[in-house]
Order: sequence, then C-alpha cells, then structure tokens
Amino acid sequence: MAMTATSRLASRCLGLTLLAALLLALLMGAFADPARAAVEVRDFDSPVTAERYRSLTGALRCPKCQNQAIGDSNSPVAKDMRERVAALLREGRSDREIQDFMVARFGDYVLYNPRLEDRTLLLWGLPAALTLLGGVLVALIVRRRRRASARELSADERARLNALLNRPPDTSGDH
Amino acid sequence: MKRRLLLAIPLLLFIALAALLYRGLSLDPSSRDSALLARDFPAFSLSSLEDPEARLDASLLKGQVTLVNVWGEWCPTCKQEMPQLLDLAARDVRLIGVDYKDSREKGRAFLEEFGNPFEVNLFDPEGELGFDLGVYGAPETFLVDADGVIRYHHTGYITPEDVTETIMPEVRKWQ
Repeated sequence: MAMTATSRLASRCLGLTLLAALLLALLMGAFADPARAAVEVRDFDSPVTAERYRSLTGALRCPKCQNQAIGDSNSPVAKDMRERVAALLREGRSDREIQDFMVARFGDYVLYNPRLEDRTLLLWGLPAALTLLGGVLVALIVRRRRRASARELSADERARLNALLNRPPDTSGDH
Repeated sequence: MKRRLLLAIPLLLFIALAALLYRGLSLDPSSRDSALLARDFPAFSLSSLEDPEARLDASLLKGQVTLVNVWGEWCPTCKQEMPQLLDLAARDVRLIGVDYKDSREKGRAFLEEFGNPFEVNLFDPEGELGFDLGVYGAPETFLVDADGVIRYHHTGYITPEDVTETIMPEVRKWQ
C-alpha cells in the first residue's frame, strides 16, 4: 500500500517536472528573439522591407565575433554584411536568396538557425530522439514499479506481515 | 551482472560527453574552414596596387598553384607575417597579394618597408573581393590550384612553423 502511494507520488512528481521543463522550453523559444540594435539608420520603401531587414540582420551571425548578430556588431565585416543585406533587399531578393548569398561566402556559421538538411539531421533530430527515449524509459520504469507494488501478497508474506504486526493470522484479509 | 552494466551506461555517456566538450575547450573558434573550399576563386575585376590602369581578373590565377594573401597596411598581424611570406616566395611559391581596404599610398609604403613577396597585388579598397572570399579579418591566405579552385584556407597569422608544417605540404599536394 505504502509502496504504491510512493511510486504514484514519484511518477506524478516526474510528470509535473517534465511538464514544467516543456513549458519553460517553449517560453524560452518564444522570447529568445535576439535583441537587435540597428547601427545605421536605413530607409526602405516599405515597412515590410524594413522589418525583413531587421529580422535578417538579427538572424545572421557575425563571422568575426563569437556570438553576435550582424545587426548588433560594430565589426567592419558586420557593417559590410548589413550593407549587402540592404542592397540585396532593394534589388528585390528573397530572404532565402540573401541567406544563400551569405552562406556561400561565410559558411553555415552565419546562420543562427541551421537549416534542416541531410547534414543537420543529427543536430535537429537528436534532442527530439533523446526526449522520446527518455519519455519511453520513464514510462517503462513507472509502469514496472506500479505493477510490482500492486501485486497481491502471497500467503507466506501475509503470514509474515501479520506476525510483524502482532495480529492473529485469521484476521488477515483484503486491505 | 547485467543490471550492473546497465547502471554504468549513464556514467559512460557522461565520460563520452565530457571528453567531447574537453576537446572543444582547446579548439580555436576563430579558425573555420572556408565556405569556398573546392570552389572556384570568385570572379573579380580590379586594378593592381602598382598600376591603377591595370585590369586583372580571375584568369590571373590559372596555370599554376598560387597563394593568395589578403593583407592591409592597417593590419598589425600582416606585418609580423611578412617574413614568413618572403620565406615562401624564396621557396618558389607564387604569391599574389590582395591589398584589402587600404589606400594606394599606405599599401605601397607597407611593401617598401616590409618587403614584397608578391608577384602582383590586387587593389581592393572597398573590400569587394574580400567580401566574396568571405574574409572577416586580415590576414587570410587561400591556396588556389592551377585550375583556379580554392584548395586550402588559412585564417590569421602564419607562423614560421605553419610554413614548413602546413603551407608547404599543401602547396606540394596541389602542384
């Protein structure tokens, strides 16, 4: 009885912890939009283009700096890249084309958000696969414990329990 | 016994992860493979530092293995690197310079003071060629084979050891 309660409590705690971790991860994803400070003032013909400029320069990583978007960095190469992004936007290129243009020169390093390709399958798939594996393991363990503790006592065990509780053997019955 | 082994799995995983991360500690995050490896040297049309009227293009790099060194008068490491470049020139390696984001006067003065190992210097005041090469800081050195394909990329300072241990073997490999 006590065993069942403990294991039930444990599995509930675990479930809550997992849920909390999941929520936290989702929240962090939602707010992880990098802070962007445009260094130069640029005029675009439409607010949509201006917004695309902001989001592109926020998601392209400065090759010279350890961890800064080109929109945040004062390094000369970041400035050149911002200028090129603005020029390509004015030429009417798509976001994808502009990213391809930068990757062709500076490598995948400049993408803060790596693309889903054959080469990056492990990168994208491993966290999901590990989470799944962990979930399956926890579920298996919880189920096995529950089953083990819910097992009926054998006659021998019941006699021993009664002896320990100093009860007469006949009063034993279902809990 | 089997359970014991199962229990050791987390420990083994931890050791593997620790080893991986420990190795990462000693890696240089600023040295990455160029995105241009195994690609054609980017097209360009530039004058030379020596002759403002000259028009040089990528055909300059065809026919023999060439080291292209991106430098600038404003770059202190480039000055330290010059003895190694002179050494490479003395070993019959063909060197072509790219005077990157520099003025003609300063570039010429630099070569007069530190020596000129270059067959010719492309003059790239706006850094256009540098951008197409994915240069994010001078000095950077590219090895181009006889077909004009980039085969090796060295980021930053070339030490005297690099000359004998890395650059020369790479040059011989592609000759």
